[in-house]
Amino acid sequence: MAEPMRIRATMAGDVADVKVLMNHPMETGQRKDAKTGQLVPAHFIQEVTATINGKEVLSANLGSGVSKNPYLGFKVKGAKAGDKVVVNWVDNTGDKNSAEAAIG
Amino acid sequence: MNALRRNVLKGAAGAGTVAVAVAAGLLKPTQALAAWNKAAFEAKNVGDAMKGMGVSAPADSKDISIKAPDIAENGAVVPVEVTSGIAGTTSIAILAEKNATPLIGDFKLTGGTEGFISTRIKMGQTALVRAVVTAGGKSYTAAKEVKVTIGGCGG
Repeated sequence: MAEPMRIRATMAGDVADVKVLMNHPMETGQRKDAKTGQLVPAHFIQEVTATINGKEVLSANLGSGVSKNPYLGFKVKGAKAGDKVVVNWVDNTGDKNSAEAAIG
Repeated sequence: MNALRRNVLKGAAGAGTVAVAVAAGLLKPTQALAAWNKAAFEAKNVGDAMKGMGVSAPADSKDISIKAPDIAENGAVVPVEVTSGIAGTTSIAILAEKNATPLIGDFKLTGGTEGFISTRIKMGQTALVRAVVTAGGKSYTAAKEVKVTIGGCGG
């Protein structure tokens, strides 16, 4: 999965507002290919973890019900501008991706 | 080449066979990720999904707010925001009650993360979007109906 993941993190008061956009098809395994009539195999992100300066702030399990190119927003209290946000995901085929950004 | 094609056609004739094959193909990578809660995510109804998450009989709470459109024109992308005003919220799960597999995501919040999750989900049909919040070892829930005009699960 060469597609990049985008992270935007901004401070609002003492709370960091983190927005993550992942690139992923998020196939449910229930959709049929229009041309062949065959089911498209399930292919979706199962786990997402986020850390700020190495400290875990979010760990999520996702199902196939999350939309294509998943968006995830969360808010972390006590973070500071310049802190490093790292987001990792793993999908059901074992594919993984990671990205990082500084809180601005 | 021809034999392969015949096999593929045979598989298509028995849709059940294909489903089993897909399920079997899925098992290996899923097992490799032990942390993923398979029982909860593959549950076909809300009760089983909650059981899979270890949640039983969550209490209705007015401190959970779900922001989602009243009518979603496109079920493939329904923006949902859950805010929990309950002190000490440690996890937020989102379910779409009538989806084939209702559990959408289970978010564990640690280290200063507030009781807030914003994401986009797929909905197969008009249903309640339910949030299950865990705080201090107890479970709370709230739901909001979203009308879907075009489903997002069948493609």
